[in-house]
Parts: sequence; C-alpha cells; structure tokens
Amino acid sequence: MVKSDAIIELREVHKSFGAQKVLDGLSLSVPRGRITVIIGRSGGGKSVILKHMIGLIKPDRGQVLVDGQDIMPLDDRDLNELRKRFGMLFQDAALFDSMTVFENVAFPLREHTRYNETKIREVVEEKLGLVGLTGHGEKMPSQLSGGMRKRAGLARAIALEPEIILFDEPTTGLDPLMTDAINRLIKNTQDRLGITAVVISHDIQGAYQVAHQIAMLHKGRIIAAGSPEAIRESDDAVVQQFIHGRAEGPIEVL
Amino acid sequence: MNLTRPLEAMGRVVMHGLEQAGEILLLLLQTMLWLMRPPWRMRLVFKQMEFVGVKSLNVTILTGAFTGGVFALQTYHGFSLFGAESLVGSTVALALARELGPVLTALMVTGRAGSAMAAEVGTMRVTEQIDALYVMAVNPVQYLVLPRVLASVMMLPLLTIVADFVGIMGGYVVGVHLLGINAGIFVAKIIEYVDPEDIMQGLFKAAIFGLILSLVGCFKGFYTYGGAEGVGRATTEAVVLASVTILAADYVLTALMF
Ligand SMILES: Nc1ncnc2c1ncn2[C@@H]1O[C@H](COP(=O)(O)OP(=O)(O)OP(=O)(O)O)[C@@H](O)[C@H]1O
Ligand SMILES: [Mg+2]
Repeated sequence: MVKSDAIIELREVHKSFGAQKVLDGLSLSVPRGRITVIIGRSGGGKSVILKHMIGLIKPDRGQVLVDGQDIMPLDDRDLNELRKRFGMLFQDAALFDSMTVFENVAFPLREHTRYNETKIREVVEEKLGLVGLTGHGEKMPSQLSGGMRKRAGLARAIALEPEIILFDEPTTGLDPLMTDAINRLIKNTQDRLGITAVVISHDIQGAYQVAHQIAMLHKGRIIAAGSPEAIRESDDAVVQQFIHGRAEGPIEVL
Repeated sequence: MNLTRPLEAMGRVVMHGLEQAGEILLLLLQTMLWLMRPPWRMRLVFKQMEFVGVKSLNVTILTGAFTGGVFALQTYHGFSLFGAESLVGSTVALALARELGPVLTALMVTGRAGSAMAAEVGTMRVTEQIDALYVMAVNPVQYLVLPRVLASVMMLPLLTIVADFVGIMGGYVVGVHLLGINAGIFVAKIIEYVDPEDIMQGLFKAAIFGLILSLVGCFKGFYTYGGAEGVGRATTEAVVLASVTILAADYVLTALMF
C-alpha cells in the first residue's frame, strides 16, 4: 500500500454469541479507496465482521475505528450520520418485502436526497440496469429468484453511491456469467467513484480479479492479508489449502 | 425438598415481568421522542390508520351489535323481576359507553391488528429488514413503531364510538322489537342517564388501549428471534400480553376516573 490510510480498522475485536467464540482478537485494516475481499470458511464469522464495521453488532472487547474514530461510544444520532456514508448488501439481501423492487432501490434516495420523482426514477432505472434488472422494478421481492433478490439488494446498496460499500457475498448463487458481470460492476464502481469496498466472497477467482487486498479469516482471526499475488504465493499451509479448495490439510473440514 | 424453590421461581417470573415492563416503557419513551422530531411520515400513519381503523370496522360492528343485544336480553331478564324494564336502555348504553365499548373493541383490534403488528415487525427482524433500516440510517422506531402507535391511539376511540352506537342499536332492536319495551321510554332513559362524560371517559380509555396494543405488538415484533417459529411466538405473546394489560389498565383507569 502506498499510503497506510485505513478508513476502517478493527483492533483486537472479540465477539462471542453465548458460549461460542466467533471473533477471537481479530484485527483488520481496510485501506481507503480500495477493494478488500474477505475470504474464509462458511460459519467462520465473515458476516459478523461486516456487521461490526457498520455498528450493527458491538464487540465484546476491542475497537472498531472509522476514520480513526472509535464507533463504540457514538450515540444513535452520530451513528446514524456515520451510516449515511455506508451502503450494505446483506447476505440474504434483506429487501423490504412490503415494497416493489423499484421502491426498495428508491428508498435510500427518498430518505437521504432531495431528488424529485423524475430524478429518482432516472437513478433507480440506471442502477437496476447496472445489475441486469431492467424491467423488473414493479415486481415484489417475493416474486424474484434468489439471484435476482441479491442483485436488487446490490442496486439498493449502491443507489446513493456511498463512500464505503459492504458486500456480503454479492456473487453467491449467481450463474457464472452474472458472477463475472457483478464482479466487473464492483470493480468499475470502485474505479469510477474511488470508493472503498469490502467484499465477502467464496469465489477465489473473482477475488483475484477485483481485490486490492485479500484477507483470510480463520478461527476468529485474520491470518493473512495482502495483495492477491501475496496471498496466492503465501507459504501459510492454511491459506494454501483454502485457496486451492482441498479437503486435505491443516484445516479440519468436517 | 428445597422450600425456597417456589419462591425463587416466583421471583424470577416477577423479575422477568418487571424487566419487560421496563423495556416497553423505554420503547414508549423513544416513540414519544420521535414524535417530536421530523420527518413525520404521514403516509405511513395513514396506511396504518386504514389498517387499524377501516379494516377493523366489520369486526367492531359485529361485536358491538351482539354485545348490545345480549346485554339487553340479560338486563331485561333481571330488571323485569322488579318492574324496571324502562331502565334497560340506559343500562345497556352506560355499560357500553363506559366499559364494554372500549374494552371489547380493544380486545378485538388486538387480535386483528396487534397480532399483525407483531408478525410484521417480527418478520422484518428475523429477515434483517430492521438491520437494513439501521444501515440506511433510518431509525426503525420512527419508521415502524411511531406510525403504528399513532394510528392506533387515534383509531381506537373512533372504533369505540362505532361500537357504542351499534351496540345501543343492538340493544334497541332486542329491547324494543323483541321484548316490547316502549321505544320512547327506551330512548328517553338513555338521554336522561348517560352523560357525555361517560362517553368521553370511555373514549379516553380506548385511546390508552390503542397505545397498549400497538406498543406491545411492536415490542414483541421488535425483539423477535429464531425464524418463523419466533415470529409465531412473538405474535401469540403479543396478543396475550396486550389483552391482559388492557384488562388490568381498564381496572386501574376505571378506579381512578369514576
Ligand atoms: N445474531 C447471532 N446470534 C447468535 N449466533 C450468531 C449470530 N450471528 C452469527 N452467529 C454465529 O456466528 C458464527 C459466524 O456467523 P457468520 O454469519 O458471520 O458466518 P459467515 O462467515 O458469514 O458464514 P457464511 O459464509 O456461511 O455466510 C456462526 O456460527 C453463527 O451461528
Ligand atoms: Mg455470511
């Protein structure tokens, strides 16, 4: 990294749910204006990391810093202000099921801009086009396929073109062509707007394609973080086993 | 045999009850704070008013009519023993205005709308839609709870007026047409004995009941966990807790007001 300018930083974060320890002193720094991809096993705590970054989950111990400021002591109002800088795609999209796809994507615009109806329509149609959902705006979320829901959630997350976007598995459940299209969309959006993106992915090839930094989560910690090349060449046996998808190795799969 | 066991268990139930009461009061406080802070989402309030009010009209009318009718039958049965049939109308009207109108309406709306609030908000909780609101910097108390509470507080008194009116009509039909009480006397005694104050106090109760059923419904929904089963649990608990609270509040309010 040219400049060690971290927009989000997790320091020694511990988080347990009941007796289950999910994050065990995890530290991770997300460079500004770059794409960071987090990889790791299913159930390992990747979604939990993302929710820490936006203050949906509070750490038991440790700090979450955004622009160098600890977000733990923030009151509701300041946290709200902070969240206006974020967009987030949830793993299950979390679309509002009482609204059409169009209204879902329009929601952040109606809440946080003064756009008139024409402008809103224009922006929503543009975003729906970007994720290949042109013409599906009037459907209800329950009428969409899983992959379509995910893409609608993606359109909603990028609608305001926020400074930081968190993507929880944007390509899981999409066909290979759509996977490539979405990976390109993330990369292009980042290039064009210079935003910061944090992407969770199980798609290693996609990660190589879009990431500036790849971080691997294992047993509640980030065990390796670096450029795609550095990760590919890593001599850590755990990382090697994971990126090559082998059942044999230091990670006990079952 | 441990003799303190039952005490312990009872203590835990009481503690849990107090804790819950505290949390509900906290939600009420937040709701009231958001009432003072724009943006006011009139569109959402109107939508809830339609849901709580207009869509509860049928059940309110049916409940009111049958209650008034059966109450006339019962009082006639008792009053005719000492020749006080002329007071059936005013007794029915007073009971409806002060007690039966607000309470029965509130219980019916709890079953219809309070349960739906818990289910709706609960589903939004377990499918992360509430988290999505937070992420999009929209406060869910302001977006989900406030419109429901406002609408319920406004609509319950209106529904109660309907229940009172239809109930008296029901009493009239049974008393005058079935039991042969003189129509003029039936009406005259109602006018003589029912104060506007009786009606107003009933409507005040109704507003409080609206607050209770919506707040409890939203509260149970808001703290739902555990998927579809959790939503089912939240819905049942909301109806039970709201109904019991309404009956308890009814006693307290009546004792204070009359
Ligand atoms: N709200 C919660 N309450 C209790 N346990 C939770 C909660 N959220 C997450 N967990 C637990 O934390 C662990 C990590 O969950 P998380 O969703 O972060 O996994 P993940 O790495 O995103 O997995 P996947 O790749 O399958 O999405 C899981 O074991 C899960 O059961
Ligand atoms: Mg996940």
